[in-house]
Amino acid sequence: MAKTTPSRKTVLITGAAGSLAKRVIARLQGRYDVIAVDFRRKVETDAGIPSYLVELHKRGFEDIFAEHKIDAVIHIGRMFAHERDRLQRYNANVLGTKRLLDLARKYQVGQVIIHSTYMVYGASAYNPALIDEEAPLKASEVTQDLVDSVEVESLANIYLWKHPDLNITILRPCNVLGPGVRNTMSILLARPLVPVLVGFSPMMQFLHVEDMAEAMVLAFEKNQPGIYNVAPDDYVPYQQAVTECGCRKLPIPSIPPLLPRSISTALNWNAFFPPYMISYFKYPVILDGTVFSQTFGWKPKRNLNDIFSYYRKQKLAAKSAR
Amino acid sequence: MLSFGKLDLKEKALAHLVTPEIEHLVASIPKPVGSFGYDPWGYNEDQFKAALGAAKWLYDKYFRVTAHGLENIPRSGRVLIIGNHSGQLPMDGVLVGVAAATNPDGPRLARAMIERFFPTVPWLGNYLNALGGVIGDPVNCSKMLEMDEAIIVFPEGVRGSGKLYKQRYQLQRFGNGFMHLAMNHKTPIVPVGIVGCEETMPALVNLKPLARLLGLPYLPLVPSLLPLPARVYLNFGKPMQFSACANEAEVTERVEQVKAELRLLIDQGLQERTSIYR
Repeated sequence: MAKTTPSRKTVLITGAAGSLAKRVIARLQGRYDVIAVDFRRKVETDAGIPSYLVELHKRGFEDIFAEHKIDAVIHIGRMFAHERDRLQRYNANVLGTKRLLDLARKYQVGQVIIHSTYMVYGASAYNPALIDEEAPLKASEVTQDLVDSVEVESLANIYLWKHPDLNITILRPCNVLGPGVRNTMSILLARPLVPVLVGFSPMMQFLHVEDMAEAMVLAFEKNQPGIYNVAPDDYVPYQQAVTECGCRKLPIPSIPPLLPRSISTALNWNAFFPPYMISYFKYPVILDGTVFSQTFGWKPKRNLNDIFSYYRKQKLAAKSAR
Repeated sequence: MLSFGKLDLKEKALAHLVTPEIEHLVASIPKPVGSFGYDPWGYNEDQFKAALGAAKWLYDKYFRVTAHGLENIPRSGRVLIIGNHSGQLPMDGVLVGVAAATNPDGPRLARAMIERFFPTVPWLGNYLNALGGVIGDPVNCSKMLEMDEAIIVFPEGVRGSGKLYKQRYQLQRFGNGFMHLAMNHKTPIVPVGIVGCEETMPALVNLKPLARLLGLPYLPLVPSLLPLPARVYLNFGKPMQFSACANEAEVTERVEQVKAELRLLIDQGLQERTSIYR
């Protein structure tokens, strides 16, 4: 085990196998003692970074807290809505987060950063644009597949006001994209053929995974507990994003609403067209990211074209390799 | 490519609509957009230009609009343009929008509040957004006023647009929402009396049961499905400022002040008009 200098903080990062967590670790490494945790696999880490394969809602997780004096937790690890079934996701995400927060209390962790998602607001025809953090979370009204995401939020909110000593910061980013990102949107845009709903092209916001990593590190280092949207002030319709990423569109009939739902169920092989995404392909969820930008002095360094060009080039490379 | 011929046609049509004059107008509108030409609500410069080209033709040639008091619309900064609603279809909103966008005293993008069912209609929802329309949600209005935008509001809503011909030029009940917005965001109100739109689609009866069946706010029996070419008069009044007040009764009083001003502006238009269609 690496020697810990008393002045150095120890930070536990969940979801360490993911591309966002890797980038956060890379930024913290050297200045903090980092502990990497993931439920998928034991992450290969640089020397001095202990790495654990553990499910948060299982017993082994507590041993990590007993073994290390953890000062802060950055909770990124999440089972995505296209992974496994609803019950398994509920256990991993909701019960896992609950356990994490309880352990954080028990072992007097001074700070917890929770990685949430813009999807908790729910995509609805009546959404105003530039949604504030105070807006109601309507995702579970739209689809049961996102109930766990909303539950994680409400849990974190309860702990946020009940236990101010945990210094909880909840971040709700827009779509995060970039090399290695395995969320639903990134997987979709990496494909050559992408479903779109005929006659619907909602506005969307995209963030490069490097900028999101930067945001998470800032949230950790500046420690201003609260709930924040993380999003740039640039906007593009979904169908244009699809084209910009070099994808061909697969038009799906959009009305009556039953039609896209049944098509999606039929086509959802390998998360090609997840049913819970239908409403997000139809209606916008545009965030107002002003509070985060101003509180933390954050501004994304990469623009939409930088983000999309990665997916474009990836497809060109695949084509020329064939 | 399959759509090659179509594309060519589209470009020709665009060139016809987006004249250098329109280009120049839109370029001088103070409206920030993102890297792909969109704002948070889906407004798109290119689509707006094309639509403005078409709407300007309607404004000049079809409805032969006469506008007075355009100098009352501030060149920049937040403003609520409040008008009387009529004509079944929201042609009045379009014409006020064209008047603001082609204002010789400083063109503005004036955003219209659209009905809440529009976003659920394929193509139309996105298209109206691209032209600057947004659903009439108070959060949208607040955010836009804070961003110093110009917003067109018809406080009568469907009560105004769906009324029958025999009720023409009678103001229906006003919602108080616009007054709260004006007070909370220190926004001047520019009233606009609209004359002529009532005659574009005179409705004899409203087929309420059928409208309810179709999920529409109203369904009028009209002589023509296309708006008739009535001459339209727009009279913009002086900006009205309202400071915050204590209770809803006072708010209603202020709304009445705006209604009184609107009645004067409407009368002005009615007196000015010598014939309805010719």
